[in-house]
Amino acid sequence: MSLLRNLAGGLRGLFRKAQVEREMDEELRGYLDASANEKMRRGMSRQEAERAARIEMGGEENVKEQVRAVGWESLLETLWQDLKFGLRLLRFNPAFAAAAILSLALGIGANTAIFQLLNAIRLRTLPVKNPQELAEVRIAERNGATGSFVTRYPNLTNPQWEQIRAQQQGFSGMFAWGPAGFNISPGGEVHSVQGLWVSGEFFNVLGIQPERGRLLSSMDDLPACGSHPVVISHSFWQREFGGDEAVLGRKLTIEKHPFEVIGVAPANFYGVEVGRNFDIAIPLCVEPLIRSEFSVLNRRDGWWLTVMGRLKPGWKIEQASAQLRAISPGIFEATLPTEFDPGDAKHFLGYKLGVFPADTGISNLRETYENPLWLLLGLGALVLLIAASNLANLMLARASAREREMGMRMAVGATRGRLIRQLLAESLLLGLAGALLGAQLAHVLTRLLVASISTQSDPLFVDLAMDWRILGFTAGITVLTCVLFGLTPALRATQVSPGAVLKSSGRSATSGRTRFGLRRVLVVSQIAMSLMLLVGAILFSRSLQKLAKVDAGLTQEGVLEVDLDLTALRLPAERRAEFKRFVLQQFRAIPGVASAAEAGIVPLSGNGQNRQVLVNKAREVIEGRSEMNEISPMYFATWHTPILAGRDFDDRDTLTSPKVAIVNETFARKYLAGTNPVGATFHLKSENGEPRPFQIVGLVKDAKIYDLREEFLPTMYIPVAQKEHPEQSETIVIRSQASLFSLISALKSTVQQINREIDMDFIPFDRFVEVSLLRDRLMARLSGFFGILAALLATVGLYGVITYMVERRTSEIGIRMALGADRQSILQVVLREASILLGLGLLIGTALSLAGSRAAATMLFGLKPTDLVTYVLAVVSLSAAAALASFLPARRAARLDPMVALRNE
Amino acid sequence: MTDKPTGLVQGTLDMLILKTLELEAMHGYGIAMRIEQISKGVFQVNPGSLFPAFRRLERAGWLKSEWRDTENNRRAKYYMLTALGRKQLKGETREWARQAAAIARILKAES
Repeated sequence: MSLLRNLAGGLRGLFRKAQVEREMDEELRGYLDASANEKMRRGMSRQEAERAARIEMGGEENVKEQVRAVGWESLLETLWQDLKFGLRLLRFNPAFAAAAILSLALGIGANTAIFQLLNAIRLRTLPVKNPQELAEVRIAERNGATGSFVTRYPNLTNPQWEQIRAQQQGFSGMFAWGPAGFNISPGGEVHSVQGLWVSGEFFNVLGIQPERGRLLSSMDDLPACGSHPVVISHSFWQREFGGDEAVLGRKLTIEKHPFEVIGVAPANFYGVEVGRNFDIAIPLCVEPLIRSEFSVLNRRDGWWLTVMGRLKPGWKIEQASAQLRAISPGIFEATLPTEFDPGDAKHFLGYKLGVFPADTGISNLRETYENPLWLLLGLGALVLLIAASNLANLMLARASAREREMGMRMAVGATRGRLIRQLLAESLLLGLAGALLGAQLAHVLTRLLVASISTQSDPLFVDLAMDWRILGFTAGITVLTCVLFGLTPALRATQVSPGAVLKSSGRSATSGRTRFGLRRVLVVSQIAMSLMLLVGAILFSRSLQKLAKVDAGLTQEGVLEVDLDLTALRLPAERRAEFKRFVLQQFRAIPGVASAAEAGIVPLSGNGQNRQVLVNKAREVIEGRSEMNEISPMYFATWHTPILAGRDFDDRDTLTSPKVAIVNETFARKYLAGTNPVGATFHLKSENGEPRPFQIVGLVKDAKIYDLREEFLPTMYIPVAQKEHPEQSETIVIRSQASLFSLISALKSTVQQINREIDMDFIPFDRFVEVSLLRDRLMARLSGFFGILAALLATVGLYGVITYMVERRTSEIGIRMALGADRQSILQVVLREASILLGLGLLIGTALSLAGSRAAATMLFGLKPTDLVTYVLAVVSLSAAAALASFLPARRAARLDPMVALRNE
Repeated sequence: MTDKPTGLVQGTLDMLILKTLELEAMHGYGIAMRIEQISKGVFQVNPGSLFPAFRRLERAGWLKSEWRDTENNRRAKYYMLTALGRKQLKGETREWARQAAAIARILKAES
């Protein structure tokens, strides 16, 4: 009630200002009249009475001001006045305003963009009901496991999941899921989409309501698995069905099997994996149908599921974890793979289940990008600091120019607080404009950032919606920078004694030390910070360079991977090898194809398999692991990998001939003491556990397998022709000079001539390389951008300070010249000042970089964070820029005409 | 007690204004005069604190005002108590009496 009245009164004061002021005038005049009348009644003359009344009242304006100050609206009014005044000042200095706003916008924008991405992949909780109740169940410390791993998150097997579901107590509901790519094309070229295997409880436990139709339930995931339902995501519905209302009941072909669309998930639901979206979700029970002979559903060594659940009210993660830990021995006993040897079994039975928070979902993006993003945020903060100190410098320069104004205003009664408020209003304006522009910039930058780490084969989906964290972050850094570049100069500017300022009518011969000291400190810290950023930038770009130039043991350009799916041909196992050889022959005959070969594993694709090998060396037997790749003849020719000794595989190597292998140099060095391995034998365990001998017929140069960063791994190559159970798919690598487009169309028509039912997919090899360098490229680009920006800002800052110094010391320079100093010595005076600042900055910057660059150590390849070349490059380039920035004003000083300089007063 | 004017005890001006207006509506100068007269010149109220107090009390809803003609046929702003103001005055008077009595007791005990 009283608040309302106060508000109403304040608003009246604001909007009916003229009337309120008129009434106040009249009231005060009435008071004066009454007072004077009273005094006249007591015998004063009219003149005397009026004068006395006025004296009693004190200043009429003063009283009015006090009355005005009672209401809250007055605060608003002075703020408004300050802002208007600030705006006018900025309009007089458009260049200053533009430079200030732009540098702030860049700093704030870059920081907000990086934070937005961090927020999306790390901090934000899942968009489901009560996400804090969600938790994940997995093996607490799984140091290695044996078996097949078929998804991005191969945490548990299906038998384990069934045991956990039956025996757990801490969760009100649980579900299991696994990501997978599915081909939804009925035939011909592959159309792959992002899919989810989900247990029947998935949507229910997460509390997701369907947008159309219904979602999967436990009834859809029974062991009998009668119907084949599929739930599609909102975006898939829009993309593939154009948002058609009649989508329910439509058929969708998934891996050649018909599924019925039963519902659409809501638009904001992207699953529980942060960084990805899903297109379709199908029940776990259809897995055997889709993966047929490779099904892992009932395999005790088939790792493919992630298990999550919603904790019961009152249950803590620790309690649920303790309960699962207690029942772990029983669960692993019951799910022990029968084919495990004693060593594997012992390891397996030692597993302990644990419960981990999952309110922010699951994401493997975090491992890859969380630390780099925090580091980038740190670098971004440095850029913002440099921009802010540049502004502080400019504001200080303006403050000293306005010294007289400040002194004058204090002399006529303004308080220091009032002046600071007014100066702050000006920086607030700049900060606000910078933040608004920065937020716009961040919007664009984040999308660029996401696009730069997203690839066609592995599309990234990040929910970048605004939330309170981002708003808070932007507001926070804006206020902080405003205080930094606004408050310090404001405090400085108002620290004047009015008398002293008004007395000194012109400039003094030299400028005061203290006032100038702050600006030097700012410049030194700018140089130090930009050296840090430059060091970071050079470290990352040198690391990227080394990675790109690294000898991978294979020529990366001009290779195309072709994946063929022969399932539809229903070839009996004994005819598959022959058919694949035939396809390969046809490919080799295509004009422009230099060579083609079958490859079990394509290097750098992220796939790989390794096996236990037994090597006879002298009298002892060495046991060790080796990577394995099953290949056809010409594989090494296709990659340009030289065969150093022995021979390539050829037609002599068949199913019935003695088993042979080719090994790489690391294999030979590690297991055969570096002797020529050709002719030696080693043993490899076959599927029934019997060790089987292989004779080494060739030695090849080392090549990378998983990614470019790894050390070369011992690798053996086995002829695909000696494989006993050929799969129904074939991967062929082709080297060709022809353009990608014409090559792919030739391949397509060749395949179609062979058989129209073969599915095919094409992946240029460059793409794998690109993906494996993604993070490094991102770090190099962004830190490079920050480094250049920082060096630029620091150079401008130094230029500003030296120019200012020259201006302030114009008369001093004039006197020196008049006394006989030559241009050379003037130049020296100015440059000495600049080089002291630069040297100090470089020294501090080097120390800080040495300390700080350790954070980047794990992200670098082929060089240490203390890389000497990097530091030399950074120091030299920054010094060159700084020399230029200080030489210009120094030359101007040296060219001063002493007469003009002295008359400058 | 001497006739020497003193400053007001902090926060009492509002109470005195309310008390002065208890019987009839008055204008600013009238209020100032009344306080001075009744206190026998001990309290002199200056306009620099009087007018901000009016604005404050009005905002609080304890006073309302209207323009009337004075006895000298001039227009002046007359202030009067609202129901809320009356209640406030009663409360403040009671509280003041309680405190004054307590202070008096303390002073007596010490001497």
